[in-house]
Amino acid sequence: METVTITMKNPPALYLEADNVTPDVFAGKTAAQIAELHVHEGNTTSTLGKYFEVSGNAGATVADTKIVVKGDVKKVKYLGMKMSAGEMVIEGSADQYVGAWMTGGKLLAKGNVEAFAATAMRGGELIVEGNAGNYLGAAYRGDWRGMSSGKILVKGNAGSDIGMYMTGGEIVVNGNVDVHVMTHAEGGKTVIKGNTKSKLGGQLVDGTIIVFGNIETMMPGYKPNGEVELEVDGVKALFSHYIGDMGERHKKKKGAIVYGNLYKKI
Amino acid sequence: MTKTITDVICPFCGTLCDDIEVVVSDDGKQLLEVYNACVIGSEKFLHSQAKDRVTKPRMRQDDGTWKDVSYDEAADYTAQMLAKAKKPLMYGWSSTNCEAQSVGNEIAEISRACCDNTAAVCHGTTLIAVQDIGLPTCTLGEVKNRADRIIFWGCNPAHAHPRHMSRYSIFPRGFFTGKGQMSRKMIVIDPRVTDTAKMADVHLQIEQGKDYELLNALRVAFKGEWLPDVVAGIPKEKIREAADMMKSGRFGIIFFGMGVTQSLSKNHNIDIAIAVTKDLNEYTKFSIMPMRGHYNVTGSGEVFAWQFGFPYSIDLTRGFARYNPGDTSSIDLLVRGEVDAMFTIGSDPGAHFPISAVKPIANMPSVCIDPHLTPTSGVSKLHVPVAFNGVETGGNCYRMDNVPIDCRKVVEPPAGMLTDEQFLVMVRDRLKKLKGAA
Repeated sequence: METVTITMKNPPALYLEADNVTPDVFAGKTAAQIAELHVHEGNTTSTLGKYFEVSGNAGATVADTKIVVKGDVKKVKYLGMKMSAGEMVIEGSADQYVGAWMTGGKLLAKGNVEAFAATAMRGGELIVEGNAGNYLGAAYRGDWRGMSSGKILVKGNAGSDIGMYMTGGEIVVNGNVDVHVMTHAEGGKTVIKGNTKSKLGGQLVDGTIIVFGNIETMMPGYKPNGEVELEVDGVKALFSHYIGDMGERHKKKKGAIVYGNLYKKI
Repeated sequence: MTKTITDVICPFCGTLCDDIEVVVSDDGKQLLEVYNACVIGSEKFLHSQAKDRVTKPRMRQDDGTWKDVSYDEAADYTAQMLAKAKKPLMYGWSSTNCEAQSVGNEIAEISRACCDNTAAVCHGTTLIAVQDIGLPTCTLGEVKNRADRIIFWGCNPAHAHPRHMSRYSIFPRGFFTGKGQMSRKMIVIDPRVTDTAKMADVHLQIEQGKDYELLNALRVAFKGEWLPDVVAGIPKEKIREAADMMKSGRFGIIFFGMGVTQSLSKNHNIDIAIAVTKDLNEYTKFSIMPMRGHYNVTGSGEVFAWQFGFPYSIDLTRGFARYNPGDTSSIDLLVRGEVDAMFTIGSDPGAHFPISAVKPIANMPSVCIDPHLTPTSGVSKLHVPVAFNGVETGGNCYRMDNVPIDCRKVVEPPAGMLTDEQFLVMVRDRLKKLKGAA
């Protein structure tokens, strides 16, 4: 695997849209060719080389390409957007849309990521060592298809509206989350190791939410359904089981209604 | 002698009352009296006659004082500011007519700006929900003639839309509602005992920020499923009672306002309220309608959607329209430091935005086009006073139920004053030259 390192040297005055910084676009290019790729600051278009120092050549294929992003990229959007394979490491914190629409590969952000990370993700793996913002793994505005496959791990906290319109895949948050988890979801699983606030699984058609900490306010549409023992991430524990959202439409399977599941650790 | 002009449209709120009578002097230069309008509407008409009105554009000087400039100089400054900026924000549009909004959109397209209207701090969340789930709605005429279940959720029309209840929703005797308020049941959901809540048959005094839970509970109640004993501070018996009252009507309508669109859950509150409306249509006829504020905020959304495909928070910087509130919305753009020039027209972000979003305006090139002196004109570099829309110039506007209505000009503006549209055309033509656009 070949590694390309890009280091921020001239931070933008406003924000930078760097949707070309992905293994897919870099693959098969030399450092000089990569420096010529377009980036956008407001309504101006310039080259990646104007803001970043580029070193190392990319691999011949996408899967053979690894990108390391160094320096202050807090004002850079769309890093790793639509990546399909390969690897990417963001050494610090990045702005919005990290790994948005990604379909494969591995993306590691060592700092925090802002809102809309992994929007409508279809595959691959996103690991955030810091905190994630709102709309993690959610659908893009107006779309009814959120994250459908792949895996997201947030080691810190996450914001609100995570997994909105999710249809598959898995989100694990080691810390706490804000309001609205898996609103409108039709599948997939979200595990929250910390505490939650309210509005979990509102309008949820299908899917699973597992909470280890507190739920400040429970949705009234979730009906108690006894207790179960579950093994989550190697931890075996007793959980209260709820089914819902009872107010929402649900699919039928073999004549029986399939509800969404919410488990809270006792 | 004086003249009385009848059937004038009031350019204050989204109710767009169309029965106003205005008395003007014989030469048509002075507006003397206003009949039928509410106090706020009357004041809007009469304020055009204020003696201390600013009639010339003013540029802020380095020492903080204002210097009068000509409209030509003002248009030069505005065009140059927009031409130079990497990401200008063009905000407002809700108190101007559709004709001016359309010229504004041409300017936004040439300068590749971000454009937004006051929905950003108002019913923008409604627009998100409508895109997510649809909108079963109707016109205010249908409400007047048919509705017998009126729900006001998180809104206070007694103060914010003073003639809404008398013209459309509670008191009028319509075709199928011959007994006026006697033929209607009124439900108010509000954490406070507002003057609207005092009039209600049922007031659900909900805990703040739990509208989403209560709406969810109503959906569960319609289906007759299990409910916890208390939801959002309301006992389950009362929720089931309210659900039955909604189901038993012949035609129901939910009106909602800032109390749900800008409190916790925002677009999700509206999303689930629309789902409630959809559910109710299995039992009876139900509609839902946002209580739009500025008189032509609806029109601004219509013009944006017609020309750019999205109703607000549009980012044109890349040469095509993008829309994602949270990224492209005014407050986020200002607070995050994403924009480098501010153009305001027909609204007052200085009064309505959080201070962290207003401070940046004072530190960047900025223009405020507004007939009034406002906190926004106070922090802007250039203030361009213009004629009052709907008083000194006509133009098209949209009522809260998306019905287009033509406003009427009733009095002449002070000599030499331009309308929004005339000033925007000057800016557009200059900008075309600067940018070399055809």
